[in-house]
Amino acid sequence: MIAYILCFILFLVGLYGAVTQRNLVKIAISLSVMEFSTFLFFALLGYIDGGVAPIVNPAEPARIYVDPLPQALVLTAIVIGLATTALLMAVIIRLYRKYGTFDIREMKNLRG
Amino acid sequence: MELTISIVIGFMILGAIYSIHAKDLLSAVITCGIVGYGCVICFLLLKAPDLAIVQIVVETINLIIMVAVVLDSSREESYSKLDSQGYISAITVFIIMVVLLYFFTVSTRSLDVLGKSTLRMAGPYIEGAAAKTGSANLVTGVVFDFRGYDTMGEAVVLVTAVLGVLTILRLKGKK
Repeated sequence: MIAYILCFILFLVGLYGAVTQRNLVKIAISLSVMEFSTFLFFALLGYIDGGVAPIVNPAEPARIYVDPLPQALVLTAIVIGLATTALLMAVIIRLYRKYGTFDIREMKNLRG
Repeated sequence: MELTISIVIGFMILGAIYSIHAKDLLSAVITCGIVGYGCVICFLLLKAPDLAIVQIVVETINLIIMVAVVLDSSREESYSKLDSQGYISAITVFIIMVVLLYFFTVSTRSLDVLGKSTLRMAGPYIEGAAAKTGSANLVTGVVFDFRGYDTMGEAVVLVTAVLGVLTILRLKGKK
């Protein structure tokens, strides 16, 4: 249970950063932190004590495997997370070239 | 087992907090790597080697992209004191945290204790999966066989993201 709670705290740290920070790079970092906490939570959900990694060994088939379904879902989500981060950083570098700053407050003031 | 994972997650939380409050953007980006690579260690402890392999590659590429962006622009953060809008954001995020905490406590009541997970969904996937899919790795069997359409959608998302990056970073627009 304590691992679930720590995972949730990691998510909250990312949320705090994403809402309160004004620097675009730090907002991107906070979003990655939130992503990673979610992946970790899924992996925690599928864990079984004494289980082995879900790879079938025909020599000794009667073992307990950990749940492969959350792992498959997270595998998809990790790669999509990389794609979104790359897109986000492309937008950020484009904004920096236009405004010369990472600060979202100053970008708002420069508008118009 | 739970203690080990809790310690690793504790380090990840410390790294995330430092990363958010660092004065130098380069150190913030590199400290963000603590969270990603801590995730790799946790995946290994949780018996998920596929996830660990993918995560270590993805995290490295992630860091390379972020470091490239930071080195190509300014490193310092123009950090200033909290003004009125900052206080409004802080109060908002506090309220959101309280609401999320409430829903977290409500929804985790129905969860199993860590390590005592019951296979509600994965039972049919595991039984005879190696014979059905021909893949000794059950995760690969689920990703590429039972949920093949999901993987195709993921590939579409990846291609779209690459097209988006190319479009955004294109130097000259069409006249």
